Amino acid sequence: MTYMDKSLEEIHEALISGKVTSDELVQESLKKCHEVQNDINAFVTILDDAKGGEVTKNLLSGIPYGIKDNYSTKGILSTGSSNTLKDYVPFFDATAVANLYKVGAIPVAKTVLDEFGMGGTGTTGHTGSVLNPWDHTRMTAGSSAGSAASVAAGVYPYALGSDSGDSIRKPAAYCGIVGYKPTYGMISRYGLFAYASSLDHCGVLSRSVADAAIVVDAMKGIDKNDMTTWDSKDIHLRQSLTGDVHGKKLFYIKELCDIANYPHANAELKSHLANFQATIQKCRDLGMEVVEESFDNDLLKALPSVYVVIACAEATSNMSNLTGFIFGPRGEGENYIEMMKDHRTKGFSPLIKRRFIIGSYVLQSENQERYFKNAQRVRRLIVDKMNDFFKKYDGLIMPVGSGPAKKFGHHDNLLSADTQALEEHLQIGNFGGYPSITIPNGFIDSLPVGVNITGRCYDDANVLNMAYALEQAMPYKNQIAKEVK
Amino acid sequence: MSKYNVAIGLEMHCEISETNSKVFSRAQNAYTDETNVFVAPLDMAFPGTLPVLNKECVRLSLMMSEILNCRIPEYLAFERKNYYYPDLPKGYQITQNTKPIPIGMDGYIDIEREDGSTFRVGIDNIHLEEDSASMTHLYDTSEINYNRSGVPLLELVTTPCLHSADDAVTFLEYMRAIYQYCKISEADSKKGQVRCDVNVSISENDTLGTKVEMKNVNSFSGVREAINYEISRQSELKDAGRYAEVEQETRRFDEETGTTKRMRSKVDAIDYKYFVEPNIPKYRITEDLLAEIRKSIPELPYERKSKYMEKYGLSANDARILIKDIHTADYFEECLNLGIDAKVAANWINGNILGYVYKNEQDIADIYLTPSRLKVITEAVKSGKISSKQAKELFALTLERQEEPENIMKNEGMNQISDASSLQAIIVGILDENTSQIEQYKNGKTNMFDYFVGQVMKSTRGQANPVIVKEILTSELNKR
Repeated sequence: MTYMDKSLEEIHEALISGKVTSDELVQESLKKCHEVQNDINAFVTILDDAKGGEVTKNLLSGIPYGIKDNYSTKGILSTGSSNTLKDYVPFFDATAVANLYKVGAIPVAKTVLDEFGMGGTGTTGHTGSVLNPWDHTRMTAGSSAGSAASVAAGVYPYALGSDSGDSIRKPAAYCGIVGYKPTYGMISRYGLFAYASSLDHCGVLSRSVADAAIVVDAMKGIDKNDMTTWDSKDIHLRQSLTGDVHGKKLFYIKELCDIANYPHANAELKSHLANFQATIQKCRDLGMEVVEESFDNDLLKALPSVYVVIACAEATSNMSNLTGFIFGPRGEGENYIEMMKDHRTKGFSPLIKRRFIIGSYVLQSENQERYFKNAQRVRRLIVDKMNDFFKKYDGLIMPVGSGPAKKFGHHDNLLSADTQALEEHLQIGNFGGYPSITIPNGFIDSLPVGVNITGRCYDDANVLNMAYALEQAMPYKNQIAKEVK
Repeated sequence: MSKYNVAIGLEMHCEISETNSKVFSRAQNAYTDETNVFVAPLDMAFPGTLPVLNKECVRLSLMMSEILNCRIPEYLAFERKNYYYPDLPKGYQITQNTKPIPIGMDGYIDIEREDGSTFRVGIDNIHLEEDSASMTHLYDTSEINYNRSGVPLLELVTTPCLHSADDAVTFLEYMRAIYQYCKISEADSKKGQVRCDVNVSISENDTLGTKVEMKNVNSFSGVREAINYEISRQSELKDAGRYAEVEQETRRFDEETGTTKRMRSKVDAIDYKYFVEPNIPKYRITEDLLAEIRKSIPELPYERKSKYMEKYGLSANDARILIKDIHTADYFEECLNLGIDAKVAANWINGNILGYVYKNEQDIADIYLTPSRLKVITEAVKSGKISSKQAKELFALTLERQEEPENIMKNEGMNQISDASSLQAIIVGILDENTSQIEQYKNGKTNMFDYFVGQVMKSTRGQANPVIVKEILTSELNKR
């Protein structure tokens, strides 16, 4: 009998009834970590010394979980998947982690990410690429690559992720699981290694909407260490999942979902968009109204560049603390400048260096108006447009990406240019700080694909309930990855 | 004085020392000789740490902004100034540089010179920011002390409206007094709490010349020297027809030599890549909050000065000295509360007490001679118990021995002799022994009178009441 492939409520029930102990769960999870590590390379650290804990009324007590390695964990190596912090053991816990300790949750692994959350491939961590558990020749996407892969592989019921562009919600789709990023400020970012502060969100990867709700109920809360947090004590996500969505209104973006807009469309994209329409039909069957809406095409085209400019600018500043003087390996050199250069030259991957240069360039006083300030303005326009839609609609429903997970060594082609906005529209959720959740909605060529619902700020309960209802209408809840190729 | 028009602008950095914690972290905001004890994770920029704004710092900054007649932004916001230096662990300083972000903009303050004339100083802006760590550079290594990292700092930037080193220093001294009066900062240069950047340009007409900036001048006397050095350096170059050699540059003031040396030219100026700090949400500054802050502004130095002149009849000069330092003004007001006459108190403070304080580099608030002990002395003089000469002696002994003035008077037998009959006997005795001196006096050597007074004082060990001595001596001399 195994438990780590079950839902939180089922595992809790087994613990309460004495069918299994917390210690046994931890051992099962650790064993599974080691089993899958060779295949999918999801972990920076497996916490072999982890012990079971007290089981209380809380649904998370005594149950193992994974933590993305950009969360600060007291006494546990926290690398951000970067050589600049390869030996860094923090002396304080991120607030979200501390909150989970409070309810008795038990961390068993720190998971691989794209270095400091920058990147969407799962291939840039200092411990190597994360492999998709459904197909080892494919990527998981990122940056919460190890968390997505390990939850999909059935190592534990959930893992923490972070999301600055789509870093929870895209790997979730490619791994056939649920990825939820709540409203900005619902979960404290204190202790989350900063990538792009105005876009960074904490969140969770799980195998069901209910599990995601239970975990975020425990992670969230106002924090005196993070001024951007807000009081959500009257929001009870798990309790809000009624499945009643009658009369809810969703919209989707015509320009991105109409196959006629993709002259180079391949079979994958065609199936993906057709599958999306089938999902929409399910929503309608549930009593929701779903309407096609037109979004300004110029704004859609601008999405990727707005994201790159803002994210890189904030990143280059946020990561200026990585000098090797106070933490991280001390660089070599005759003076502090040489030492710092040595540390950063050796420590960062080429992708990050490229982003730092972009960030630095767009912030230079002679460029700032043209790039950074304009990016902020366009961000505002996109958010205003979304907020207008949210006056009419409870949420935006969209397909995630242009199909299933990409192969390693995948190269951009003609189609990529057409599908860029389709690949990156989840960034809208970060621009506006909106609650946003991805759930699996089918398979293409035996590989999972996902659908996303994004709603109004502070309206997390509503967004999750719509996702919950849709999840009930489809057979993908709690699915575990089966290697298909 | 330069024959050219001189334009001086100042940047005065003053640490806010009177809050419990630092501006963005919960570490204690205090000064200590022990290194690296007041440090929170943010102050060393550990990954994942976030700034949390100290509301008391905001309140005090808004108070300064009001005092300086500044325009206050609708929203409170901060931005990052990005640069690499080992004393800046985050790699950026959280500050308020770009208008309309500074907490105060486009204000002014009127300043009085010693001669009573006034001048107006334009305030470009005042903003709240964090201090960097402090560094000690040794032979082949440098030490970093993070106690100062994140200490709240107010930076005040004037327009280039000052025209002399004297005016610049008068302005800085008054600003220091305001910081102290408002309980914002001790503003102690010795603790590095006040640091200035100075920029100077000269010109033959009304347009501004090439601006030269001097960084980190750490004392007001340094500011005076740096300005005067720079005026003469630039003037000499201009006189020699070599004004083109004056470059827009940043120079370092060297306290040892009183000269300035080039640090970097405008060409090498750092691009700080300012952008809004995303971790501190914009916060609306309401009129209610400002009204509350305006109400809480204490009596400012010039207000006290007018009060001292109008209500207590002090001279402008006495009043000016008293208000310069809040501890002096507080000492004076405590004297008034104890019932010491205002002029008497002012004379004591501005004379002997401040002389003692400066000589011994002490704070008037810490000296043994408290206002209540001073009162013992002034009362004794008032009642005629001791002479003013004895009072000076008593003052010195009180401070020297750290002993109650009553005890000293008792132990030293300090008692003024005002009894006319005993004084007459002493005077008659002295005159009898100095017949040749009386002769000289009678022959017109009138300063012999002081000689007789001196003899009386000598024989009474200074206890004789000089007024009565003079009366008796005059009549006794007339008799002979």
